[in-house]
Amino acid sequence: MAPPKNRRPGYSRRAQYSIFISYVLALLGAAIGAVLLLISIADPRGFAVLRTAGAEITAPIGRTLAELSSGIGNLGTEIAAYFNAAAKNAQMQRELEVARREIVEARALKRENERLLELLDLVEEVDRVIAKGRLISASISSTRRMATLSVGSASGVEIGMPVRAPEGLVGRILEVGPTTARILLVSDKDNVTPVKRARDGLAAFVTGRGDGTVDIQPINLATNSLKPGDLFITSGNGGLYSPNIPVAFVVEKTVGGALGRPLANPAQVAHVIVQPIFQLDFKAAVAAETKTGAQDSESAPSEAAP
Amino acid sequence: MRRPRSAINRRPSVAKFYAIPIVSVMVGSMVSALPILADYAILPPLGLMLFLCWRLLHPGLWPLWAGFPFGLFDDIFSGQPFGSAIVLWSLIMIALEILDQRLVQRGHAQNWLIAAAAMLFALIMGAIFVGFRLDGELFRLIGAQFLLAVALYPFVTRLVAALDLWRAQ
Repeated sequence: MAPPKNRRPGYSRRAQYSIFISYVLALLGAAIGAVLLLISIADPRGFAVLRTAGAEITAPIGRTLAELSSGIGNLGTEIAAYFNAAAKNAQMQRELEVARREIVEARALKRENERLLELLDLVEEVDRVIAKGRLISASISSTRRMATLSVGSASGVEIGMPVRAPEGLVGRILEVGPTTARILLVSDKDNVTPVKRARDGLAAFVTGRGDGTVDIQPINLATNSLKPGDLFITSGNGGLYSPNIPVAFVVEKTVGGALGRPLANPAQVAHVIVQPIFQLDFKAAVAAETKTGAQDSESAPSEAAP
Repeated sequence: MRRPRSAINRRPSVAKFYAIPIVSVMVGSMVSALPILADYAILPPLGLMLFLCWRLLHPGLWPLWAGFPFGLFDDIFSGQPFGSAIVLWSLIMIALEILDQRLVQRGHAQNWLIAAAAMLFALIMGAIFVGFRLDGELFRLIGAQFLLAVALYPFVTRLVAALDLWRAQ
């Protein structure tokens, strides 16, 4: 279609001014947008009210459809599996992941049991559940990895609380509305999770890469002893996540650490639980541990590693 | 009872005529509120695609500053840092306006190319706003999404054309 020819309106001052003003308004709009953008980059929770309102309004749609079919979520994974090899391969990997998860959880349980002997009431406190919900949508067309949770402040959810699935850590609460909450997923670029290797407690950080994979960087850079299949669980350092939640496993070794994949894929987890911020109990834990002596060498992992 | 409307010399409902383009773009922006879950960005920016289609098919439909309100609405649902779509859509509107003054004629193929360039710009800048650096990693990240968006463009154009016929009825 040929562009309309009313762009050079001859000698009409009025028409010339209206075109000029429309350019001014458009540039002003872009400038306001740039200011808003700078504010929200400086403070990611800025303008949360607007987003929360949007999420609250659209939540019924998401909830209803999520109830009707939980199959849509697997679409991307299914396509990927098809291209990679075949359905059987995907099936076997799924089984392997289940086995891996069970191994981590068994190891974590073993460690937990050892602690239980001394810290009985504390461990119960750590495993408390604030709310149960499901993921009703995700930022599917943005490189920022966020998801919307079907429960909010009405159920006691607060900003910063960790969210986990049976498979492992999903993320943490970024914004809260009355009946919805936004989760910053583990695979987001700005999400850093302190972890330790399940096998020997080697301390590391898991950082999202924005595409469903994560970077695993050991704190001790001198020795990169990571191997594909290594499992990482939360260390409890930083006080946000309670220890021993499975986070990610190593896929491929890289120069500075390893490329990993989170154990809980938001596309596949059906239900998630919101846990309290660990730090509230953290002080009590530290006090209890210093009282009972340094029986737990894993709580200070690998700083003294060779 | 209303009389059946004459096939000639009739006027479309004004509300419908103006609401359909606006509502269609808003619905496109709200698609990410559907329970489609994935761990990476794969769905094309449908709000932007519909916005571009309407703009390219009807250059005079919206004022030049339309990128601001539509971008603001998209930012509420996209999950991008707030203001990202406001800036990008406003700049795209201005760029298209300038381009339309230079071009003598553009057809579907040119529209497709222009839309692809605009979407690539929006995806790259969107990722940069999130904090990614402009390198190969970024293109790997948005590559699939971009190719899907380019492949989907003719279908979105079809949809917009159908909506355009419907709103004029």
